[in-house]
Parts: sequence; structure tokens; C-alpha cells
Amino acid sequence: MADAALAVSLRRLSLAARFGASPAQIAALAFVALFLVAFLVVPIVRVIFVAFTDRDGSLTLVNFQDFLATGLLREAFWNSIYVAAMTVALASLIAVPLATILTRFHFRGAALIHTLGVIPLVMPPFVGAVAMQLIYGRNGSINLLLNEWLGFRIPFMEGLNGVIFVEALHYFPFILLNLSASLANIDSAMEESAQNLGTHGFTLFRRIVFPLALPGYVAGAALVFVKVFDDLATPLLLNVTTMLAPQAYLKITSVGITDPMGYVISVIMVLCSLGAMALSALALRGRDFATLQRGGGGLGRRTLGRTGNTIATIFIVLVLLIVLSPHIGILLLSFATVWSFAVLPDGFTLAHYGTVVRDSLPLISNTILYCGLAGLIDVVLGAMLAYIVLRTRLPGRRLVEQVAMSAVAMPGLVLGIGLLRTYYDVKLPFSGEPFATFWFMLVIAYAVRRLPYALTAATAALQQLHVSLEEAAENLGARKFTTLGRIVVPLMTGGLLAGFVTSFATAAVELSATLLLVTHAPDAPLSYGIYVSMQSAAGRGPGAALGVIAVVVVAIATYLAYRVAEHERGLKSRGVF
Amino acid sequence: MNAGHGVTIEHVTFGYGTTAVLDDISLDVAQAEFFAFLGPSGSGKTTLLRLIAGFGTPASGRILIGERDVTSLPPWERNVGMVFQNYALWPHMTVAKNIAFGLERRKLSRAEITKKVSDVLALVDLSAFADRRPAQLSGGQQQRVALARTLVIEPEVLLLDEPLSNLDAKLRVEMRSELRRLQRKLGITAIYVTHDQEEANAVADRVAVLDQGRIQQIGAPLELYDRPANRFVAAFLGTTNLIEGTIDGDGTFVASDFRLKGINGAPGPAALSIRPQDMTLAAPGSGIIAKVAEYEFLGSHTRYRVQLSGHALVIDIPHRHGTPPHPAGTVLGVLIDPNQVSVLR
Repeated sequence: MADAALAVSLRRLSLAARFGASPAQIAALAFVALFLVAFLVVPIVRVIFVAFTDRDGSLTLVNFQDFLATGLLREAFWNSIYVAAMTVALASLIAVPLATILTRFHFRGAALIHTLGVIPLVMPPFVGAVAMQLIYGRNGSINLLLNEWLGFRIPFMEGLNGVIFVEALHYFPFILLNLSASLANIDSAMEESAQNLGTHGFTLFRRIVFPLALPGYVAGAALVFVKVFDDLATPLLLNVTTMLAPQAYLKITSVGITDPMGYVISVIMVLCSLGAMALSALALRGRDFATLQRGGGGLGRRTLGRTGNTIATIFIVLVLLIVLSPHIGILLLSFATVWSFAVLPDGFTLAHYGTVVRDSLPLISNTILYCGLAGLIDVVLGAMLAYIVLRTRLPGRRLVEQVAMSAVAMPGLVLGIGLLRTYYDVKLPFSGEPFATFWFMLVIAYAVRRLPYALTAATAALQQLHVSLEEAAENLGARKFTTLGRIVVPLMTGGLLAGFVTSFATAAVELSATLLLVTHAPDAPLSYGIYVSMQSAAGRGPGAALGVIAVVVVAIATYLAYRVAEHERGLKSRGVF
Repeated sequence: MNAGHGVTIEHVTFGYGTTAVLDDISLDVAQAEFFAFLGPSGSGKTTLLRLIAGFGTPASGRILIGERDVTSLPPWERNVGMVFQNYALWPHMTVAKNIAFGLERRKLSRAEITKKVSDVLALVDLSAFADRRPAQLSGGQQQRVALARTLVIEPEVLLLDEPLSNLDAKLRVEMRSELRRLQRKLGITAIYVTHDQEEANAVADRVAVLDQGRIQQIGAPLELYDRPANRFVAAFLGTTNLIEGTIDGDGTFVASDFRLKGINGAPGPAALSIRPQDMTLAAPGSGIIAKVAEYEFLGSHTRYRVQLSGHALVIDIPHRHGTPPHPAGTVLGVLIDPNQVSVLR
């Protein structure tokens, strides 16, 4: 009896009991935190620190004065803001009508719109950029035809226009997906009760529908802004260097990692990204409404008249053609003998794929190795963190989660610079090679950058798992570990797999951090190979062939993730016969 | 199946941060007793049940199952079976796999597991559904699977957390007598959490009424109804008329103009609880004079709201075929038997 009483008091004293967590869970949280500190916090802080110090290592603002005094950099700053803002505007022009048609009307082509929401995402924008030059450029297919028939050209791809066009076509799905989710979550009773009280038409839209749909739109728009702001590869491939990301890259690669200006630009980029995120969070504070009642449907749908239907169809077909053009272009280019100053290639060949098979297979196997490892790390860290956040009361768990999620707003370029700077002086045990240029650093960079995706997927999967499912297992005699293995992990499989595939697929087309961290050609991944090939006229064919391979890999992965998610849903709602 | 053990709760206190959820709870559940925790939401009844199952550790006090102190044991070492409000059936396992889970943890042989699973499925009348998944069953069937999954491990105590709240009204009444029948048949100790006083009255041998983390009264349903210990219990179990006043030296209850002789209670401030059906109506000459304010015809009885000596009272009169109700404004007499009122302090 005395022993039992002692055990009781010991148990109550222990940290573990106080926070409802076992030592294993505490260790797991510490591990995730350590990973994030080492490969996200320290590198970023290092970048910030360098930006604020002079040659002797004392704190100074002189680097920022230099930035402001340089006309080129001021121009680059405004260009970056302009491009990001215009991309949001152009992407909205495409996405808002699509989301409206999808959620507010009965429209037969709904599946087409769903497809439209995925197609752009499977092709990295820097791959599409080259094809877009060939189609919409000054001497591309469209302008050649226009010039021949009508005698004028449209500068789709001139300077910043090209960047905006390419980015908008690639990123509009973020707005489409967020906005239509938001619209679909408005309970029809919201609209009906307003109608019942005598509201209709534009007032109904302005007072009820618009405010309820706004959170989705703002979330999507902020994401597009941040993504465009830190995209390095697209401007580089389009020969636009007067933007912040290319400037930082050029400073670091041409002057060296000691040049402070690269760091100053990095700090400004981080501030802009965080600023955009904070602004959207501020605008949405307390406005993230979930109005869907039990058994309620989405917004009421109306039938389109004949004219409406025609307009909608024309709009969707037009968007589809434009959205598909980079895909078609890259496919044509990969089979083209020569394609220059012509509407279509001069002839077709399989030679480029032959070149790829002969020279570039390591690129593909590197990508699968790096991104597979990164995806694996993300799923493990994401699942551990999601479980700790949702199922324990450990202090600091929310902070670790926020740090992990902040990677979304960290430009890849900045992370790359930070990793390079932090780990260049750390030598590997046997070869003496800097840790920063070892291929595993790419895996780490990908894992850090894509962790938010896996974490979000794992959190969503775990949130759907009512805690009583675990309690029931414990009640029937299963220890924590058995409960994890038999109940939690099997029920999270779909979510974890989706997280893995998302991390894998998006890491496969990552280029910002990759460009900085690849130093030996044999260690390079696919995205790097495409980028290098696309630099020379002779390399374009094989580059396009590699691009097609990348698109196919990402498309297959995305499709698999979708199928797994569907299967899971079916399992839970209907059961398998 | 085994007979199970009683449960003893000694001075249990529990809270989250500075909010106390349970305050010095003590009670005994006898072996093979069907016991209910009854209270409004937020009263702490579910928290108390979860402490018995091991989901949470009391800040102070002890919990014993039989003679065994389980206060600091993790849930998986307690051998108490819990049926969750949402059933908590695992969607990725079949009915048979769900039920076999607890037996596998107990390292039984394949053959034993198969036999016990089919026995318990027969007990809850679901033998044909062994290979279905939970999502393919109706709410009532899921409820019985949850019960079977718990019963099959032969728990020392059966804990039921609002087990019928997700069923429709008709099924709820069927299932509660089914539960009662099974509990009697197996002779198992059961603790049932509910906010529905009718459900508690129907199934439980004894009921503990909880409010704001404290036990208000423990007793058999009839005892609680007829002799409530305080105002909360009187009002929570059914409808009642509460009149605040004082008892004077010769046993008369006085509340402004209202007077009732022959009250059995010590002098001092007190409240009377009079159930609506414990009063009768008479001609204006007899009883206390009252005026009908309004009435509701409810089928088996008519509910009158009357003004009586400055107090608004509710009186239920059984309805007999063909008798018309007394319309609003009618003046009549109300008869109150001093032996049929409860005195509350």
C-alpha cells in the first residue's frame, strides 16, 4: 500500500504526467525541434545576422543604405512587388469566374474545371517558361500568325509581362481551389435566410456571399503572392534579372557567399513574404467562418441560360487552351528537330529522349532518391509533430508547429543561402567535404521546405480521427505503442501517403534552393538538369524531354495520391465489399 | 462471465488548470449494481467516468475496483470496459476484428478468440454481421457492436458514457431495457452516465446526481424523486413547484400570504417542493383559493398555471374521458396534502 502511494505521488510529480505525455513523446518533440532549429532557424538567423553586420563583424545598417542607394536594386524591389501583385490580379481574373461557375451554377463541364485546377500544378513554371516563349514570344507561334494575318504583335512575353503570364498560368489554381472550397462551405441556409428577409441580387452577394467567401480568396491570393515573390528560376529562364530573387542569386554566385548584398536582399524577401502572410492573417482575423450545418448543402445552384452556358463554355475552353499551351509546347519541343521562328517545329525526332537516356538517367535517379528521402523525413516529422500537437499538452508544441509552418513563407533561395553559409565550414568526417555541398543537404533543404505540406496532411488526417478510437483501444488493454500501430497509423495511412506524395512531387520541381546547393554535376537532380539544358539552344530538346519526364512523374504521383485519398474515403463511408 | 467488482471512489478531486471539474467526490458502487451518474452538461459526470477508466489522474483521492487501488494505473491495465458515446468503432476493421481486438491484447489462442467472438455476437444478436464494417451498420447495430466489444473482455466494471444519445427516441427506449436485461443476465457492475433523468430512472438501481462537480444526492430513483435533498435535485428530477419561506414553531410553513399547516420539519427558513401531480382541484369553498391563469391540454393530463396567494404554481390534473378543462379566470380551491411535500433547506 505504501509503495503504491509513493508511486502515485511520483507519477503526479513527473513532467510526463503533468502534460499528459510519455517520455517518448517528449523525446519526439525535442527531435523535431532540433531538426528545425538546425536547418531552418539557425540558417535564416545567420542570413539576417550577416545582413546587419559589416566586414569587421559589428552591427550596422550600412548594407541596407547601400541597397537603397543602388538604383538597380530599388528597381528590382519594385519589379518584384509589381510582378507578384499583377500575377495575383491576372490569376484572379482566371480563377474567380471558374470558381463561381463551379460552385454557383449547374454546369455540365464541372469535371473540366476540376481538371483545370490540377493541370498547371504538375508542370514547374520554369519548364513552362521555355515553351511559352516559343508559343507567345516575339517570334513565337501566336505572334508569327498575328503578324502574318493582321500585321501586329502582342508583347505577351516581353520583360516582366512574360514572368507575370507564366506565373499566373501556373499559380491560379491556388486561388481557384481555396475560393471554391470556401464557396462550397457556405450553407445554403445562409443565402436562403437572407432571401427570406428580402435580400436578393447584388446586395445578397455583397452582404452575405462575398464576406463568407473572402477568407478562401485571401488565403489563395497570399499564397500566390509569396510563391511568385520568391520564384527564382522563371525570371532567370526568361532573362529577367531586375527582380529581387535573381539579384540575390547573381550576387551570391558571381561575387561569392561573403558579399553582404545577397543577404540584404534575402532579408527583404523574407520580410515581404512574412508581411504578405501577416497581412492576410490580419485581414482574416476572426473571419474564418464555418457555416456548413449538419446535413446542409453548399450554396444554392442556379441553372445557366443558353447564353450563359455558351459564354461559360467559351471561357473555359479558352482558359483550357491557354493553360495547356505550355504542356503542348514542351511536348512538341521534346520531339522537335528544330523549332525557331516557326509556328510549329520543322520536323520530329525521338533523338532527344535518346540523349536523355544516354546522359541523364542519374538526374532522374537522383531526384527519386532525394525527394523520396525528403518525403519520408517529412511524413515522419509531420506525423510525430501532428500527434504531439493534437494529443498532448506539452509546452512549446504550438511554437514548434508554427516554426515548421513558417517554412512556407521562407524563400527557397534564402534558405539555400543560409544553409550554405551555416554549413560550409562544417566538414564531413572522412572526405573533408563541406557539409553544405554534400548531396544530403539537398534532401534536408527539400524536407524543410516541404514539411508544411506533410504536416498539414498529417494534422488533417489525425483531426478526423476521434480521440475515443484510441481510448477504446487503451480501454481494451492496448498500450500506447500498440494503439499507434494498430489504430492510429492504419487510419492515417491515406493522409500520410498524400503528404508524402505532395512533398515528393513539389520537391521534384524545386529549383530555388537547388540552384544554390548543387555544386557537383553528378549529384544534380532533374530540376537542375532541366534548368542547365534550357540555357543553351542545343540543350533545349533534351531539356524539354526531361521536362516531359518530370511532368509525367509528378502527374503520376498526384494521381496516385488522389486515388489513395478516394479509396480511404470510400473505406470509411461505405466499407469494402 | 465473472461477477465483477464494486467501485469505490474516495475524496476524488480533479481540475484543468484553476477550474475545478470534480470537487471531493466520494461514493460506493456495489457489486452487480446498475449505477447512474446523472447531471446537466458540465456537471463532471463524464469526467468522473473517464477517471474510473483511467483517462486522467485525480489531483487527489483514490479510486478502487474491488480491493484494488487503480488510481495510478494506465487505462490498459484496469480491465474496466467502456462504451463510448460515439461508439468509437474502428472503421478499418470488420465487426469481428473490432471485437477480437481486446482478446488479442490478452493473448488468447486463435480458437478461443473465435469462440468468444461468436458467443458475444450471438448475445447481442448480430451473428450475421461479423464480416461487415462498422460503416455498413445502422446506429443501433453499431451500438450493440460497441457493447459486444466491451463485454467480450469480461471487464470487472462496465462503463457506459451516454450510450443511447445517438439513437432515435424509439430505439433508445428499446435499447435501455435491452441493456438492463443484459446487465442482470451477466451480473456485471455497470455505471451509466446520462443527462436524461427518465433514462436514469428506468435503468439504474441507484443514481448519483451531480452538479458543478459535486454530488448533490445519491439514492434509488424513487427516493430522489420523492425526497430530494436540495433545490437542485428537486428541480432537475422532473417538474416541481419551489416556494421559499419559513417554518414557524407550530409546524406551519409561511411564505407571504401562503400558509400550509402540518409540516414535518424544524422551525427556520425552508423551501417547499410540491410536485404538480400531488395537488388536486376542488370547488372554491375548500382548500386554498386560486385562480387559473392558463392551461395546456397534454393528453394524459392537463397542466394548469394558477395564481395562489401571490405564487404562480403548476398543477397537473389527470384527464378523464369527456371532462372539460377549467378555462382561464376560473376561481377554485387547491388541496395540498402536507405529507406529500418535500421540505428543503
